[in-house]
Amino acid sequence: MQFGLSEEQEMIVSTVRSFVENEIYPHEAEVERTGQVPHELGEEVKRKCIDLGFYACNFPQEVGGAGLSHLDFTLVERELGRGSMALTHFFGRPQNILMACEGEQRERYLLPAVRGERMDALAMTEPDAGSDVRGMKCQARRDGGDWVINGSKHFISGAEHADFFIVFIATGEDDTPKGPKKRITTFLVDRGTPGFDVREGYNSVSHKGYKNYILAFDNCRLPDAQVLGEVDGGFEVMNTWLYATRLTVAAFCVGRARRCFDLALEYSAERKQFGQPIGKFQGVGFQIADMITEIDAADWLTLAAAWRLDNDLPSNREIASAKLYASEMLARVTDTSLQIFGGMGLMDDFPIERFWRDARVERIWDGTSEIQRHIISRDLLRPLGA
Amino acid sequence: MKVLVPVKRVIDYNVKVRVKADGSGVDLANVKMSMNPFDEIAVEEAIRLKEAGKAEEVIAVSIGVKQSQETLRTALAMGADRAILVIATDDVHQDIEPLAVAKILKGIIDEEQPGLVLAGKQAIDNDMNATGQMLAALTGWAQGTFASELDVDGDTATVTREVDGGLQTIKVKMPAIVTVDLRLNEPRYASLPNIMKAKKKPLDEKTPADYGVDVANRLEIVGTKEPEARAAGIIVGSVDELVEKLKEAGAV
Ligand SMILES: Cc1cc2nc3c(=O)[nH]c(=O)nc-3n(C[C@H](O)[C@H](O)[C@H](O)COP(=O)(O)OP(=O)(O)OC[C@H]3O[C@@H](n4cnc5c(N)ncnc54)[C@H](O)[C@@H]3O)c2cc1C
Ligand SMILES: Cc1cc2nc3c(=O)[nH]c(=O)nc-3n(C[C@H](O)[C@H](O)[C@H](O)COP(=O)(O)OP(=O)(O)OC[C@H]3O[C@@H](n4cnc5c(N)ncnc54)[C@H](O)[C@@H]3O)c2cc1C
Repeated sequence: MQFGLSEEQEMIVSTVRSFVENEIYPHEAEVERTGQVPHELGEEVKRKCIDLGFYACNFPQEVGGAGLSHLDFTLVERELGRGSMALTHFFGRPQNILMACEGEQRERYLLPAVRGERMDALAMTEPDAGSDVRGMKCQARRDGGDWVINGSKHFISGAEHADFFIVFIATGEDDTPKGPKKRITTFLVDRGTPGFDVREGYNSVSHKGYKNYILAFDNCRLPDAQVLGEVDGGFEVMNTWLYATRLTVAAFCVGRARRCFDLALEYSAERKQFGQPIGKFQGVGFQIADMITEIDAADWLTLAAAWRLDNDLPSNREIASAKLYASEMLARVTDTSLQIFGGMGLMDDFPIERFWRDARVERIWDGTSEIQRHIISRDLLRPLGA
Repeated sequence: MKVLVPVKRVIDYNVKVRVKADGSGVDLANVKMSMNPFDEIAVEEAIRLKEAGKAEEVIAVSIGVKQSQETLRTALAMGADRAILVIATDDVHQDIEPLAVAKILKGIIDEEQPGLVLAGKQAIDNDMNATGQMLAALTGWAQGTFASELDVDGDTATVTREVDGGLQTIKVKMPAIVTVDLRLNEPRYASLPNIMKAKKKPLDEKTPADYGVDVANRLEIVGTKEPEARAAGIIVGSVDELVEKLKEAGAV
């Protein structure tokens, strides 16, 4: 057992943290107020990140990434979690699912994504298919040698800046003893493809400026060259690559919770009521104690799950636990921190109310808390025949 | 030309310092330590000289506890070529005094023969502002302190100094000691490839005995106190009131 970080890891952490503090924090209030990241600002963050060799650091070296281990990358995500997601989006971490690109797809999608020339977005969710991915209605049918797509996706993050989309689409149905079961295929769809439209989505209270969009397919024609992985192999592609996003949510939550906690800690030491710092009242002091205990627990749970991935150990359940616990921890920490700030906590003079709002989505996206509990409990009970 | 850059491990500038109960200094146990910010500026300047083709090698030196190795790795990750760690104490609370540091640096200079030493103008922990000057005295080299601009051309360095009245520009013969001020440059972040390379760069470990220097402290710290808390301010309603209050306070 070795719980310390290596010198490289310490430097990665301190570099990313300074980057976030110096390049992201100063712009956060403006992004929050306008709900927009100005184009030049996004490009500037991206360029700086490319210069520092951090862009696409989640990709292996042979495709131009930095080849970070899962643990190292989790540390990067954790520090990025401190900053506005609308802005850290440009600290590019393309979907690692792009590693499934083959042949000329590598030149068209994978390599430009790693170089920061083309940005991606991932689309699974539909109005009638959220947690139940297999319930998707967006479908592709064969027409000659091509595919013709109809249907829609919603809640698609990063679509505003995406040059292409990784889209999961139903390509058939199998009859099984449990009823019909959709076959799913992953497609690469370029912005501007005829019959494919990107529309404004809804306004979310979380992560202003990190907007969600609706993708609409109306007889959109795609050749076989746009299939990522195997036809009907969508679930395989998901299972091979999508674990990573849950781990990044967990890491985000830990980083964000520490930033929020530090502000609450400082406030509880400085704010005086009844002639003493409020932190001295046991009621507040114990809240501080509970928060740091939970943050540390979530941190270790997350890093341990990443470590398991690096060591090729089964980690599906551990990642689900990390995502579940870290996102629920963040909800408690932001709420308690806001309480410690009293009335001022609700005011947008401090970032606490923003952290509190942002935290809400972490329990929903990339698998709701209930779905994580489902994954964890099935992992334990299935082997027992239950 | 080799450039030698001494870097000190100090309490991070973001940390709120706490005076130890016995008044012997500031509590350094379990607090975040970082490279002295002025030394970061010195490292940055040295790397820029190398990038401009005016220096061949940048050597970072740290003198202190073994953990100063982390500070040296940061210098290496920024782009220094190699490092020398002089382990002078195992007590994180022992501050190696400027004269001892200058003597050790003199020993390193004798071995390495650098054309330029770029040092921070002072360390933010004790604000001594002495090491560079003492080193100049020991080596007999020219010195340019508080540099806000530096131009190296052949065997002369033009140093713009931030002095009380404004800016003073001097020319010094190399080899020289230059201590750097805040506005000289903005230090870079360590890039990810350089972070990964830092570990592979040479880091030599030495002791003060290798340079025949005794690092026992000569100065006695009599006491350390928190600064006085600032008295609360007042908000005035108008310029007239402001002037009146200033008059009352004897400020105008
Ligand atoms: C801001 C935002 C950005 C997003 N970005 C993306 C994106 O980029 N790409 C993308 O594909 N998706 C994205 N999503 C979608 C996100 O992954 C889904 O919202 C999430 O999977 C939940 O689906 P749903 O909202 O349809 O809720 P539903 O699935 O309808 O769930 C409703 C409630 O029912 C519960 N529930 C459902 N099934 C079960 C069950 N079996 N057992 C117990 N409880 C259950 C859920 O936990 C939840 O509480 C985004 C969502 C948001 C809010
Ligand atoms: C939207 C809004 C509207 C308002 N409208 C009005 C109004 O119309 N008129 C008006 O007069 N006021 C109004 N208020 C003020 C409101 O009543 C105060 O915000 C509230 O009393 C808390 O005070 P505070 O915000 O200064 O927090 P603080 O008193 O500073 O409290 C900070 C934290 O310390 C805790 N704490 C403080 N003392 C102790 C203790 N002894 N033991 C344990 N914990 C302690 C608190 O519970 C809290 O968590 C309003 C507030 C808001 C947010």
